[in-house]
Amino acid sequence: MSELATERQVDRSKMRVSDEVAIDIVNMNKWYGSFHVLRDINLTVNRGERIVIAGPSGSGKSTLIRCINRLEEHQKGQIIVDGTELSSDLKNIDKIRREVGMVFQHFNLFPHLTILENCTLAPIWVRKMPRKEAEEIAMHFLRKVKIPEQADKYPGQLSGGQQQRVAIARSLCMKPRIMLFDEPTSALDPEMIKEVLDTMIELAEEGMTMLVVTHEMGFARKVANRVIFMDQGQIVEQNEPEEFFNNPKSERTKLFLSQILGH
Amino acid sequence: MSEQSYVRDEMLPELPPPATEVGVIGWMRENLFSGWLNTILTLAGIVIVYFAVAAALPWFLNSVWNANSLSECREILEGEAGACWGVIRDRFNQLMFGFYPHEEQWRPVLAFVLLFVAIAPILFNPMPLEMKIAWGGFIIFGLWLLWITGAPILAHLAFLVAGLALYYEPWARKMLFFSALYPFIMVWLMWGGSAWYVISALLGFVIGYLIYRLLEPIMGFLIAVIVSVLVAIGWWFFLAAPFAAWMAGIIPLELTPVESRKFGGLMLSVMLGVTGIVGSLPLGIVLALARQSDLLIVKTISVGFIEFIRGVPLITLLFVASTLLNIFLPPGTEFDIILRVMIMVTLFASAYMAEVIRGGLAALPRGQYEAADALGLDYWKAQRLIIMPQALKISIPGIVSTFIGLFKDTTLVSIIGLLDMLGLANAIRATTAWNGIIWELYIFIAFVFFIFCFAMSRYSMYLERKLQTGH
Ligand SMILES: Nc1ncnc2c1ncn2[C@@H]1O[C@H](COP(=O)(O)OP(=O)(O)OP(=O)(O)O)[C@@H](O)[C@H]1O
Ligand SMILES: [Mg+2]
Repeated sequence: MSELATERQVDRSKMRVSDEVAIDIVNMNKWYGSFHVLRDINLTVNRGERIVIAGPSGSGKSTLIRCINRLEEHQKGQIIVDGTELSSDLKNIDKIRREVGMVFQHFNLFPHLTILENCTLAPIWVRKMPRKEAEEIAMHFLRKVKIPEQADKYPGQLSGGQQQRVAIARSLCMKPRIMLFDEPTSALDPEMIKEVLDTMIELAEEGMTMLVVTHEMGFARKVANRVIFMDQGQIVEQNEPEEFFNNPKSERTKLFLSQILGH
Repeated sequence: MSEQSYVRDEMLPELPPPATEVGVIGWMRENLFSGWLNTILTLAGIVIVYFAVAAALPWFLNSVWNANSLSECREILEGEAGACWGVIRDRFNQLMFGFYPHEEQWRPVLAFVLLFVAIAPILFNPMPLEMKIAWGGFIIFGLWLLWITGAPILAHLAFLVAGLALYYEPWARKMLFFSALYPFIMVWLMWGGSAWYVISALLGFVIGYLIYRLLEPIMGFLIAVIVSVLVAIGWWFFLAAPFAAWMAGIIPLELTPVESRKFGGLMLSVMLGVTGIVGSLPLGIVLALARQSDLLIVKTISVGFIEFIRGVPLITLLFVASTLLNIFLPPGTEFDIILRVMIMVTLFASAYMAEVIRGGLAALPRGQYEAADALGLDYWKAQRLIIMPQALKISIPGIVSTFIGLFKDTTLVSIIGLLDMLGLANAIRATTAWNGIIWELYIFIAFVFFIFCFAMSRYSMYLERKLQTGH
């Protein structure tokens, strides 16, 4: 797990972090019933940042990024995405979901639609794009994730790695400005992890703003500009990858790193 | 080291399996005689089948078709056991149409064959080759049916054109329009009278739709829906009838009216079954969604409705339809008995349908909802494009079971005095000519129902195979 499953050199020339704020989370709290999952989260993400979120199981990583596109509702504090505050206002939620793409651990492709239909569905129905144009865009992104030849197959006929790349392409078809990844490789066999990570690296090289929950520390080292460590619903430590891995400050981080990198 | 190393450089050829594993003998060994218990069961099964066939076969072989009464039939049989199918021949027309006037029977036949034209674009889209061939056979069969029931040439032509249109791809898709019109055509054909009443009822929908299209961009979805529904209702209540009467005065489009009491036989069952099926599916979907809703009132109403309907026998509802409903309706309103039964049957089936579909919804992983949300699809689009297609697909076996149950339940209308095949069977057995006949009638009825139900079951299997996308 410790090293990146790819030997690919990462081109950092276009990975520029701008001053523009993409996501601003202020004093955000969330409860599941009486269980306090997220406590006083403060996080500012600038455009172009690649942030890796790590932490032990149950620490609230998924919950945090799912709050950003309102798959989960937060109860206190503010989440501002691209200048729009998330509230129960449906218009804002729609607007933010159009700007934010999400990739899930279990792909969540639509099994009754072909790969191409999976990719064109949202552009056609949400962005009101003509079918022809949507198909062109879909094919463009399927080429990018290197599976254009699978366009007419159904998700059930693809390997896990291919499905995850389709899921990435499907999100990209909506032309999002921010991408969220929730453990995109942890349901995959080792040889498929590489192809998905390569796709994500390419995305990072093009300057996409990315928040990635992952245990792939190699990916964090090479691609991330910031690593966030969460435990018990709190951000315990954040730093540049080099500092984070070589010189962790808190005891919890040290323990976590020794468990995940050690052996 | 070298002693242990081994490389195969010649591949072994593939051999056929031993004879005991394949072919008839292999199959029998595996399926019929794979152990002593299985062997005993097989032998017992053979004995039972033998006795059943030995008892029934002579009866079937001794069939009498040319008899006009049971006594005549017995004379022909001269004391031997034999089936008197003469009753079917004698009363075939009644079993099919009830007391629908003889010279008008081409109308139900036309409605019946057009029904297939209406559902074909929904059931088979696009039509596979086998279906194209089968469809040709059906067109010929339909024309023949129309011919022997004495339909006018115009009816033949209408059916022929509609039937052939399905072959031509660009038109086939437009035929969905015909599917939408079909219920109105059916009502007019079955009940007759002036076509203008049906047309003006249809106009209500058209007006409502136009107003919706007009208002939706200005006032938004909700207000546009409310206003258009109100206008349509206003049209139906106040303007539809005068308009129809006025138009009928100008261009009479008349068919001889036939009253509901004359409807019967298989025709009645098919009418009730089809409206129940067509109505209960959308209603069931709405109820299933309502039951999952976050809105407490919507949810409560849906749960209350489903539990109430499921907790009450259909017969009770039919009694309500036949007697009680009149008490609640304003005096003087004529509310057709068949229409009332149709509504009850539909409501009854929709409660079951809702539960079947809810099962399908529950089987969908949460990830599907989340992916739809994350892509920015709103609730209705997510339901229509992602959730329902999958939930309905999962529920196909349950949905078709409900359809089959509903179709068979239509026989219960005989209890409130409507003469479906079962009701007619009782009536026929009470006549002097056929007093005492039992088996032949019920075997025939069972056979007819079996054909319909079996067809539905096969279709559901075809659909499941077609929708299989490899997961
Ligand atoms: N729908 C829910 N209802 C109640 N509790 C929940 C719910 N979803 C998650 N939790 C709890 O919230 C906590 C944080 O969950 P979360 O999924 O965010 O963890 P995570 O950091 O992503 O863990 P993992 O690495 O295992 O995915 C866990 O303790 C979990 O049990
Ligand atoms: Mg998680």
